[in-house]
Amino acid sequence: MTTKRVSKKAGKKTCVTLKEHIVEIISDSGEGAQRCGQSLGSIAARMGNGIWTTEIIPAEIRPPARSVAGASGNRIRIGSGYVTNGGDETDLVVAFNEQVLLGRVNARELKPGCIILLENMWRTHSDPNIAKSYAEAYERLVKAGYKVYEIPMEEECLKLTANARRGKNMFALGILCHIYNFDLQAAREQIALTFGKKEKSVIDANVDLLEAGHKWAEANIDFCFQIPATPTDKKQISINGNTSLALGVMASGMDICAMYPITPATSASHYLSEAFEKVGGIVHQAEDEIAACAFAIGASYAGKCTVTITSGPGYSLKQEAIGLAVMAEIPLVVVNVQRGGPSTGQPTKVEQGDLLTTIFGSHGDAPKVVMAPATIEDCFYSVITARRIAETFNTVVVILSDASLSSSQQPFDRPQFQESWLAPPIDQSPVPEGARPYDWDPVTGIARRFIPGQPGGMHTVTGLAHDRDSHVAYDPDINQEGLRARSLKLAALQKTLLPPEVFGSEKGDLLVIGWGSTKGAIEEAVEALRAEGKKVSSIHLRFLQPMQPGIKDIMKGFKKVMTIETNWSDSPNDQLIDEDSRRYSSLATLLRSRYLVDVDCWTEVRGQPVKPRTIRQVLLNKLEK
Amino acid sequence: MKTSATKQLLDLYKEQSALEDYQSGVPRWCTGCGDNAILAAVQRLCRDEGLRPEKTVFVSGIGCSSRFPHYMKTYGFHGIHGRAFPVAEGVKMARPDLAVFVNTGDGDCCSIGAAHWIHALRYNMNMTVFLHDNQIYGLTKKQASPTSPIGTKSNTTPRGSYLDALNPLTVSLGVSNVSFIAQAVDWIPETLFDIVKAAYHHKGFSFVRIIQRCPEWLPKALEPWLQDPDRVQLVHHTDGIQLSPGLARVYKNQVEHDPMDIHRAREIASNTETIPVGILYRNPNVPCYEDTRHSGALRTAEAIRKNFEAELDKYSV
Ligand SMILES: Cc1ncc(C[n+]2csc(CCOP(=O)(O)OP(=O)(O)O)c2C)c(N)n1
Ligand code: SF4
Ligand SMILES: [Mg+2]
Repeated sequence: MTTKRVSKKAGKKTCVTLKEHIVEIISDSGEGAQRCGQSLGSIAARMGNGIWTTEIIPAEIRPPARSVAGASGNRIRIGSGYVTNGGDETDLVVAFNEQVLLGRVNARELKPGCIILLENMWRTHSDPNIAKSYAEAYERLVKAGYKVYEIPMEEECLKLTANARRGKNMFALGILCHIYNFDLQAAREQIALTFGKKEKSVIDANVDLLEAGHKWAEANIDFCFQIPATPTDKKQISINGNTSLALGVMASGMDICAMYPITPATSASHYLSEAFEKVGGIVHQAEDEIAACAFAIGASYAGKCTVTITSGPGYSLKQEAIGLAVMAEIPLVVVNVQRGGPSTGQPTKVEQGDLLTTIFGSHGDAPKVVMAPATIEDCFYSVITARRIAETFNTVVVILSDASLSSSQQPFDRPQFQESWLAPPIDQSPVPEGARPYDWDPVTGIARRFIPGQPGGMHTVTGLAHDRDSHVAYDPDINQEGLRARSLKLAALQKTLLPPEVFGSEKGDLLVIGWGSTKGAIEEAVEALRAEGKKVSSIHLRFLQPMQPGIKDIMKGFKKVMTIETNWSDSPNDQLIDEDSRRYSSLATLLRSRYLVDVDCWTEVRGQPVKPRTIRQVLLNKLEK
Repeated sequence: MKTSATKQLLDLYKEQSALEDYQSGVPRWCTGCGDNAILAAVQRLCRDEGLRPEKTVFVSGIGCSSRFPHYMKTYGFHGIHGRAFPVAEGVKMARPDLAVFVNTGDGDCCSIGAAHWIHALRYNMNMTVFLHDNQIYGLTKKQASPTSPIGTKSNTTPRGSYLDALNPLTVSLGVSNVSFIAQAVDWIPETLFDIVKAAYHHKGFSFVRIIQRCPEWLPKALEPWLQDPDRVQLVHHTDGIQLSPGLARVYKNQVEHDPMDIHRAREIASNTETIPVGILYRNPNVPCYEDTRHSGALRTAEAIRKNFEAELDKYSV
């Protein structure tokens, strides 16, 4: 837990030293709280602190002003060391109006006694209803035990700019820099970087607001914090998961990304459209996801392994084409940034609901590789790995990211570019006489692919069952042979994978298994329990199909095994639910069927990343049962 | 006439192609199926133009007509129902050096793939498209298609189809960026070939609707047009298809039409009583999407690395 110790001075004040703090900045959308939060995160990272930022996004593009459901902003967990997840509830919040704040209170996102810095312009608002609702909310918050500080943000900003609504975020940033004892010069540099594309006057105006906020806090705020940093000498970058994926696309040497816009995947393509095209990359916005996938398959077929990026509903549309790529053995990388489903579900919220549809989807037996990055850094490297696997095994590789990874930001070691990451040049050498387009290796199922332009390699690929010459198969044995070959390729890949690392001891009472974005939260909970002497460990799976070796052996070391996921599973506490009727979570279903081990599960589908505190309680309950 | 040394040298390396160089397997279409005539015309085109088989890709969807690539000794991509266009677009975008052809049926193009068709016209990528329009679903055994004339009896419309047929020509001519629209019939091989050739030579999305007989499911459907040559209207122009004397003698219903005139093209295309045959529209000035999108930047490892490092710099902390 957070330890407090008085030390360090900021100006005349004495700062309280903390191990970590969770800060939130919220406003109506369009008031710049997001930018303030991102900047604060980056400044903290520059100071050498660990951070994890989480976007707070309203469901609508422009929700009505001052509405309880309209909070837009950012939450930053700032720590002394490396931060692996968004953590529990918020310790300090800056709110531009009381209504968005009430939304967060109602959602139980604030810690009891949380510090609130509240814009006070509403108290004297000309509309008596607004003034009244502000005063009532203030009373309610103070009564509930929150430490509320009223801040004249608008008033102070008006001294510097005519449009205070737009400048407030930098003023708030200045206040926060003072509170957390961040170096003002680092903040100025961050602003220059953030507004890098704008004119100097814009940067200067923002820096003025920042400094004004800082000065105001110095004079008027009676507390401050110090979160000691543990700077590394390694160079680091701080990005979100979608940018990380996009950088992975660039570093993998893929030339084309075919996509159709869908939240929360689109920002990866936005970024690529900006950065990738400078060096001849192409982002093709197709007429729909089916076309995007077919376009990617066509480009891959012609020799350039291509990526298509989407989210759940778009993934469903791609399924038939994915089956074609599997059947025709065309390398393809598909990214699914999962969101809440089914149907339009919760488009901006996190869920791990597409695992089974990815593994078993399309139609017939369509074996494909399924990977899941667990960190922002993983997002980057998984694309490079995926391209390599797709081209080595001539198959489809699906990367399952999610809404949490997509918009969360976390620093990691700056990748060192390697030429070997890039795709090799397209093979245009003549095909040896007698070579066949699907000459499946009897052991691995792998066949050398002929690419258009290669003399002597002419053949017609087909989604129909086909023989080694790619001729439509009329003989029943041939279909059997083709299915075998395509399935064996997964086994061949599986033999190259390493067992997952155990977090904690190899033996104990409870093993937790997770996949994807929940890694940080699971490990934090496990670590906390281990510190209390509980015999809990965890493993996190990066490959879901094929699965890494050694999992069964690891499970044998524990009395109980369970998964923690953010997809649906029936609760055994429901009246109708028993062993006969219970639907297990996705990963638990897979593990139970593969290893014949009684794997339990706990899941939550609230659209939010699971909190370490919640997991901790779940694990305690499981240990006691 | 003198020939330059360079040309003589080039001629030395010129390969002579034979029809067999492009033929693969025995087509499994029904006897009398119009697809055979289309295959013959296209194989002849490949031979006459000396297309390199390894640099040529035929992309198709699913249907009788989509079997086409299997009978070409080139690269081929027999994909999924309705999606030939996006696959072909991906091929062309990745490899502008390849000659790309698309074979699609009336169900494949005008029904399940209709969205892709509209957008393919708009992308105007350089490829040659043959719409094998037999006005019926052939492979799935006789169901009405969007181009079946109203009243067509089929297995899903035993009392006759309910809706007016969709006209692929007028639809295509209504899409922005359209650059080449022509119509042919399988039973006049001479113009079929001329049109296929003109389509191949047009830079852009060359869309040829070929009215194709399906003796298996609609043996009588095209009888009126076959019986009465006057119900075929030859569309000719010095910039379009020119008529041989033999042809002009049989098909007396002729109209001169400048393929640059889109309004007149739409008018001619609207005619369903007679079948217009020829080039309805050709505009060589419409930009091709692949040209617009390829920046010309060299994809060297060094360029990629530099760009990558510059991006990382932006996010350094
Ligand atoms: C997604 C999907 N839906 C339906 C089918 C079944 N199907 C195959 S071909 C076809 C229609 C073919 O008609 P057309 O495109 O006119 O080609 P033709 O056989 O007449 O040449 C249909 C409906 C399929 N293969 N895939
Ligand atoms: S069913 Fe019709 S379209 Fe299909 S091969 Fe036979 S004649 Fe041709
Ligand atoms: Mg048809």
